[in-house]
Amino acid sequence: MQRYSGFGLVKHALSHHENWQRQWRNPTPRKQYDVIIVGGGGHGLATAYYLAKEFGVKNVAVIEKGWLGGGNTARNTTIVRSNYLWDEAAALYEHSMTLWEGLSQDLNYNVMFSQRGVLNLGHTLQDMRDIQRRVNANRLNGIDGEVLDAKGVQALVPIMDCSKHARYPVLGASWQPRAGVARHDAVAWGFARAADAQGVDILQQTEVTGFKIRDGQIYGVHTNRGDIEAKTVGCVTAGNSGVMAGMAGIKLPLESHPLQALVSEPLKPVLDTVVMSNHVHGYISQSDKGDLVIGAGIDGYNGYGQRGSYPTVEHTLQAIVEMFPIFSRVRMNRQWGGIVDTCPDACPILSKTRVKGLYFNCGWGTGGFKATPGSGHVFAASLARGEMHSIAAPFSIDRFHTGALVDEHGAAGVAH
Amino acid sequence: MFHIHCPYCGELREEQEFHPKGQAHIARPADPASCSDEEWGDYLFFRDNPRGIHHELWVHAAGCRKFFNITRHTVSYEILETYKMGEQPSFTAEHPRGNSTEAASRQAQVAQQAGVHV
Repeated sequence: MQRYSGFGLVKHALSHHENWQRQWRNPTPRKQYDVIIVGGGGHGLATAYYLAKEFGVKNVAVIEKGWLGGGNTARNTTIVRSNYLWDEAAALYEHSMTLWEGLSQDLNYNVMFSQRGVLNLGHTLQDMRDIQRRVNANRLNGIDGEVLDAKGVQALVPIMDCSKHARYPVLGASWQPRAGVARHDAVAWGFARAADAQGVDILQQTEVTGFKIRDGQIYGVHTNRGDIEAKTVGCVTAGNSGVMAGMAGIKLPLESHPLQALVSEPLKPVLDTVVMSNHVHGYISQSDKGDLVIGAGIDGYNGYGQRGSYPTVEHTLQAIVEMFPIFSRVRMNRQWGGIVDTCPDACPILSKTRVKGLYFNCGWGTGGFKATPGSGHVFAASLARGEMHSIAAPFSIDRFHTGALVDEHGAAGVAH
Repeated sequence: MFHIHCPYCGELREEQEFHPKGQAHIARPADPASCSDEEWGDYLFFRDNPRGIHHELWVHAAGCRKFFNITRHTVSYEILETYKMGEQPSFTAEHPRGNSTEAASRQAQVAQQAGVHV
């Protein structure tokens, strides 16, 4: 791999930037690998990267039916934070946060991770009680957090309507300064390039059409480019996970929903942090390019169509304009949907299955992007050792039968 | 935006009047106390999530407030039929084009409401 550096930039400028190396190869599938990762999104690529780099498993394939950065990895609103309520979830997301903090250097790829802080607003007394509880829980887990009152929020975001006259007045917020945003497609590309440099084969436009299972043990996958064998298969297919599990005769407690997002025309810098409100239900940040990046809730019905309904978009923008009247005449440039696999307790599934050697990493629902490096790291450790990593263990699929849920839904002030 | 034919109001109305409530035809275990953890967990948390024809429970929240069922395709989002509680769907994964004359009459009803001549 040709390393990126300031000197490299100057050197390539002399040849008019025409001789940059391709970021990853386009290999022909081998017959056999040690590990196959199904799904070339952020989590899958991160899994492959850490498998090769930290756990010494170099003979790895990532099988992707489309192209890198074509799914949820590049459809989300790029928010990264770790202020989750419960210990299990906090450990997982904070593990991810520590990896984010060195990710650009580690990958030799600028993922534009910007720790500009995240505000989770409270609009009711109960919101504020929940925020205090969550911030206290965060601090006990060593995660940074502060409770701000309305004045504190106004000082951070002068353009927000924090007056008493708002329909849902802002009473305060939780503030996580280490949280922020990252450039999501750079995350996919950075992990892909770094994994490829470690010898991982990234097979794009290759669709897994079935699993090869014998005596309860997986030994490969069927694809549209022929069969590929491996004794360990990790399925990281987000919205399509239920369909993939069905191919192995497994049912997952997932529902796939459209989640929409939109960006505005580029504006001068006006918002230098991330603002989320669970109560009026919208979240917003401004990208380095200047466009406002806006998201909110899922469409309530099941869907795989990568699009949702206009009433949901309207509801989202109502929430944004409620918080930021200044944005009422901003024009929206683009709008899209991605398919998220939501879990009943709003926490992911990182688990073995009853098919030996077949693992699932799914159920991230509306908030998987922030977990990309951490999810990949603990999942890679689990695949390499054949035992779930201690951080991943509470997220077993068994919890839906034992009742040991990690119930983040509503409790974390998370915009779901 | 969906236009949904409420089988109780007998009219096509806009999606905003309705709320989706998840998978239809889920039977509550007759004797919950005697369920195994496996059975109870399945009942509470495990839902069909097909890529294709799906039977869903909806409520006409800003209308008659009654619950009813929709058969819908989860990729094309096409609504194939709506039917009342207690009735069975005509369009299923096994019979994606409908399995009876009832299917045709339900579709004709929906189409007529939409002002489409079939």
